[in-house]
Amino acid sequence: MDDRSMAPRSLLRKSRILVTGGTSGLGRALVREFRTRGAHVAFVARTAARVEKTAAEEAGTLGIVADVADKLAIHAIALQVLGWRGGLDVLVNNASSLGPVPLAPLADTECEALEEALATNVLAPFRLTKALLGALAASAREGRGAVVVNVSSDAAVNAYATWGAYGASKAALRHLSRIWDDELRSVGVRFLSIDPGDMDTPLHALAVPDADPRDLLAPQTAARTIADAIVDALPVRASVRRNATDPASLQAAS
Amino acid sequence: MIAADRAVQRPASARLLIIDAAGRVTQSPRTRWLDFLARGDLVVANDAATMPASLAGIHARTGQPIEVRLAAWRSPVSGATAAFDAIVFGSGDYRTRTEDRPPPPELASGDEFVFGTLTAAVVRLLDHPRFVRLRFAATAAAFWQHVARRGRPIQYAHLQQPIALWDSWTSIAAAPVAFEPPSAGFVIAWRDVASMRERGIGFATLTHAAGLSSTGDAALDRRLPLDEWYRISASTAAAIADTGARRGRLIAIGTTVVRAVEHAASRPGGIRAAGRQATQRIDAHTPLRVVDALVTGTHERGSSHHELLRAFASDTVLDAAARTLDRDGFRTHEFGDSMLVFADGRTKSRRAMQRADIARAA
Repeated sequence: MDDRSMAPRSLLRKSRILVTGGTSGLGRALVREFRTRGAHVAFVARTAARVEKTAAEEAGTLGIVADVADKLAIHAIALQVLGWRGGLDVLVNNASSLGPVPLAPLADTECEALEEALATNVLAPFRLTKALLGALAASAREGRGAVVVNVSSDAAVNAYATWGAYGASKAALRHLSRIWDDELRSVGVRFLSIDPGDMDTPLHALAVPDADPRDLLAPQTAARTIADAIVDALPVRASVRRNATDPASLQAAS
Repeated sequence: MIAADRAVQRPASARLLIIDAAGRVTQSPRTRWLDFLARGDLVVANDAATMPASLAGIHARTGQPIEVRLAAWRSPVSGATAAFDAIVFGSGDYRTRTEDRPPPPELASGDEFVFGTLTAAVVRLLDHPRFVRLRFAATAAAFWQHVARRGRPIQYAHLQQPIALWDSWTSIAAAPVAFEPPSAGFVIAWRDVASMRERGIGFATLTHAAGLSSTGDAALDRRLPLDEWYRISASTAAAIADTGARRGRLIAIGTTVVRAVEHAASRPGGIRAAGRQATQRIDAHTPLRVVDALVTGTHERGSSHHELLRAFASDTVLDAAARTLDRDGFRTHEFGDSMLVFADGRTKSRRAMQRADIARAA
């Protein structure tokens, strides 16, 4: 029996979390999942109307309208999320670009389509991580922990024909995640590269229009897995340790 | 000294002037700043990010353009309002020297400033035609959204290009509460943080809302620094206590850190996890209770930053250092060269006396 959902450790109570690409697909599911677990959730997306709709549906969240691929938007995003709650514990770089749509062999891929995939899938997570690293490291020093999740794909590992722009950019992101993790583990900021699998999302529908949704994972299921991975990467909360006389807390901390 | 006119935080050519506890003055490339610290020392830096504190708007009653520079927190952005003390300028922007900027329209309590969709009311006049207390009517989310969109970092006439927000954030920037960058922190690269760990040097941060360095008005400048909000976390309070118990040295990165920890140390109960307003001035007569050394920029005599240095070193030593800075063309201002100043014997002998007092009392 999986009793994780009942255990205090499955909660992200008062964790301050930013999700990019938060109004559709996996990002939208992550906003709901984190909010359900008690986190303070901020999210970024490009379309004002969709940001407003999601913010209205998920009470208490902060919606930020911006394009993460625009380098001039990065510090404006960081300022808003850090001003809102005074810091950040978890960053989820989820916003992704497929590159050419429909998918195309590399030889038929316009340079601009590759640039767009790199801007969204590599440069945006890199810039946003750098802008927020001071806050993440401060969280780690204060014992709250700090995690960056970079949403990956099996296309980051395997070479699939017609997935060149997406695969190459996700491979670069996966490598960035591993090097960041190696370099910043000592300051307490953990990096997770997570491949959620093939999901029933607008992005997947663009890539594989004739896929059978029954063969695809529900985004909410993938969101739960990612939230669990974040909980596992965060330190046991000081509050849990302080309440060590409470048997439930002892169990959770062990 | 020469004005550093480019917003480069860690130029390869940056230099460091060191004043040791005996008053000896030496020099080094700044990249080697950690070589002058020792195992057991604790580096404390200010992790405040800088907000775009310059807001252009309209004075509603007269329709005149104004620029507001937020200068000090009066209440945090929480619930529905945020309050600040602010300096108000008339028309124009940073391209005019602040000294030459026209005054704002005559201000009255209850006046409104309109910044696009955001409004602020003058709660009261402070004792100068440019100086007011403002309250913004906005949620935290709306306030920060607006400031992100319309605010500009406070600019410096000596820089060739206007600075962008990212120029004003240190590597370790976290909560956006500073009005100007805590620029001594530009010295810190992430490789230094890793290096401190390898060398057995502790690293901790506090958050201090660094205020304006200058207002362009002599009467207002004499009041600097204004009261500044700061927060010390439990982990930083513990690191400072632990370092003191082991007789390690506390190395403050920036005058704001000196002001915050010395303010906290002067409170009953000493340095605890808390958010407070630092209200004191530090000068030649201020006893340093906890700080042993300071990394800071190169400051002109007469500035409040230079006054603070007089708590660390005698005027004779500071004069000798100033001659070296001038003679060797050190660069000054936010993006300039740095100094590492160890507190002189006054502090050491005083602390020894304090320890003796404590021992006798025990």
